Amino acid sequence: MSEIKTAEELNKKYLREGMWPTIFCNGCGNGVVLEYTLWALEELGWDMDKVVFVSGIGCSSRLPGYINADGLHTTHGRALAFATGIKAANPDLNIVVFTGDGDCAGIGGNHFIHAARRNIDMTVIMINNFIYGMTGGQLAPTTPRGNIATTAPYGNIEHPFDICNLAKALGANYVARWTVTHPYQPIKSVKAALQKTGFSLVEFLAPCPTAYGRRNKLGDIKKLWKWYEDHTILIEDYERIMNYGSDEEKEAMKDMFPIGVFQDIDKPGFFTEYKKLVDRLMGKNDKKTVKAKAVIQK
Amino acid sequence: MRYKRDPKKIREVLGNKIQFILGDMACVYGGILAGCSFFGGYPITPASEVAEGMARLLPRVGGTYIQMEDEIGSIASVIGASWGGAKAMTATSGPGFSLMMENYGYAVMTETPCVIVNVQRTGPSTGQPTLGAQGDMMQARWGTHGDFEAIALAPSNVQECLDFTIEAFNLSEKYRNPVCVMADGEVGHLRERIVIPDEKDLKIINRVEATIDKEKFIPFGESQTRKSKVPDFPTFGTGYRTYITGLTHNEKGFPATDKQKDHEKLVKRITSKITDDADKLIMIEESNLDDADIAFVTYGASARPAETAMDIARSKGIKVGMLRLKIVWPFPEKLIYKLGKKVDKIIVPEMNLGQIVHPVKEAVSGNCEVISAPKIGGEMHLPHELLRYLEVK
Repeated sequence: MSEIKTAEELNKKYLREGMWPTIFCNGCGNGVVLEYTLWALEELGWDMDKVVFVSGIGCSSRLPGYINADGLHTTHGRALAFATGIKAANPDLNIVVFTGDGDCAGIGGNHFIHAARRNIDMTVIMINNFIYGMTGGQLAPTTPRGNIATTAPYGNIEHPFDICNLAKALGANYVARWTVTHPYQPIKSVKAALQKTGFSLVEFLAPCPTAYGRRNKLGDIKKLWKWYEDHTILIEDYERIMNYGSDEEKEAMKDMFPIGVFQDIDKPGFFTEYKKLVDRLMGKNDKKTVKAKAVIQK
Repeated sequence: MRYKRDPKKIREVLGNKIQFILGDMACVYGGILAGCSFFGGYPITPASEVAEGMARLLPRVGGTYIQMEDEIGSIASVIGASWGGAKAMTATSGPGFSLMMENYGYAVMTETPCVIVNVQRTGPSTGQPTLGAQGDMMQARWGTHGDFEAIALAPSNVQECLDFTIEAFNLSEKYRNPVCVMADGEVGHLRERIVIPDEKDLKIINRVEATIDKEKFIPFGESQTRKSKVPDFPTFGTGYRTYITGLTHNEKGFPATDKQKDHEKLVKRITSKITDDADKLIMIEESNLDDADIAFVTYGASARPAETAMDIARSKGIKVGMLRLKIVWPFPEKLIYKLGKKVDKIIVPEMNLGQIVHPVKEAVSGNCEVISAPKIGGEMHLPHELLRYLEVK
């Protein structure tokens, strides 16, 4: 059982207080996601010497810097490819990737697709604020249609990316989406994701009042939190409506974000499979050694 | 669990001491002998055989081959693996090398040991995929943005592909900098006899891992345990809890992006750790330079026809010598300066429109005539083409 009861105690244990203040604006959701992640780690009681936090570029990618653990703050979009190498070099390490929607779904989309497809053992926590926040509010691949961004001054005409559905289609072992506005399910979800072998993704819808909200009549943080409540629906309810609902009910789902656990399966992770391959080739599994040697000689 | 180099297993997997193999495959052998245990690859002609060889041999020694989604991912995975405690490499050619430039700079900034084998072809763009060239000699030196120093070797034969890949690992581990093996399509696709060095003749350098008290450890300053500008390496998972970033960082590794002094201190240390040792990093082969009036300065595949041209010219009484650069970057300026004072003319044969001729001119400082002898289009120079440059005035 965890002895930690308060956020202060949690911060003291896990964060580098020397790095404070953070770079985050008032009302930013990144700190909340960090807090949920730390609670999940605390509940698991993991040795923090064996957890590596990896990130790309963007506001959310600054999170590893605040955690008292090994951290690799990499180049824009490439975090998952770096993480793949770390895990390969030392499969005993647990990999947690913090990434944003632009970092993960935009410039890093291809790395995301293939890390998920390979079922690389890592937990990706994607913080989706619908915008490129660090650079000042440019259009992201997740920006909802009609929204204003500095590079979509007349409203976004593109279709936003649903990264959870993508991950689900790629066969990721664990896929979930939550908002930062309620703590309990997300913490439980991050904990489940961390415990998975193979690829796991938890997407957080998180507020960016400064770069996103301000231009979309959601600059007020209370309004923005209320918006999440009004625009999210549990995935079970969402699917029921989409399968059995009336046309009006389905139409009402158009602007809604399903939240909850999208996928929870147990395919063997990449490095489990890779270890089997190495054991076979190095003669650690007697039955198959003969066969493997025959292949090599061929 | 981290990889442990097992010399016996490696010998068993590599096979006979003397073999007749491709240059690309010799890079694989060199890597495995050096203790490489991770290869992130992406297919590209004429370097694919390196990935294929690694895919075949690495798992048999207990290492990991992963075919990444592109060259950006390949070099990223290699850098990640290095922080996880592995010796790691990738291989590519022109277009892939261009894609790697972003994370090449990241490896420089974060002082990550890693090796990039570049079996060069030509460009611009896709160019001539199946034909050799020396298109990326300057890209290795200047290709990524910002101030940095490069270390690059250029093999002229298959044995050197093996030897230089080992040497590249040694230098990358010693200086904590990415090191390029600038092979070319000619050498990479050449098949020659090689001798696998015995274990007792192998010189293998491993990075100095951090050992000092965790509270006192400084990850991005000069070493605290020996006299060196290269800090000790805090491998992930060893409890040092280090933060690594491509942003300008202070000695503790934390972002210091708006501080002029921190940036200057960092970049001057990571460049001078190499320039300070520039004289030690010279690797050349000199032939017939004692009495030479004319000298070829060349490297890689171009050195082969140049050598023949030199021999023909000598038989006709023309005093020609040759200086072959085995390490091209850092460039041996002082050496070329001295050569410029000694000879009347320097000819620089290259399989591009003239890249290394520029630092040669800079080093010579007008002391002798420097002539570029370019050849492009995917063919090597013919010796008689080079003889044309030798007509004595």
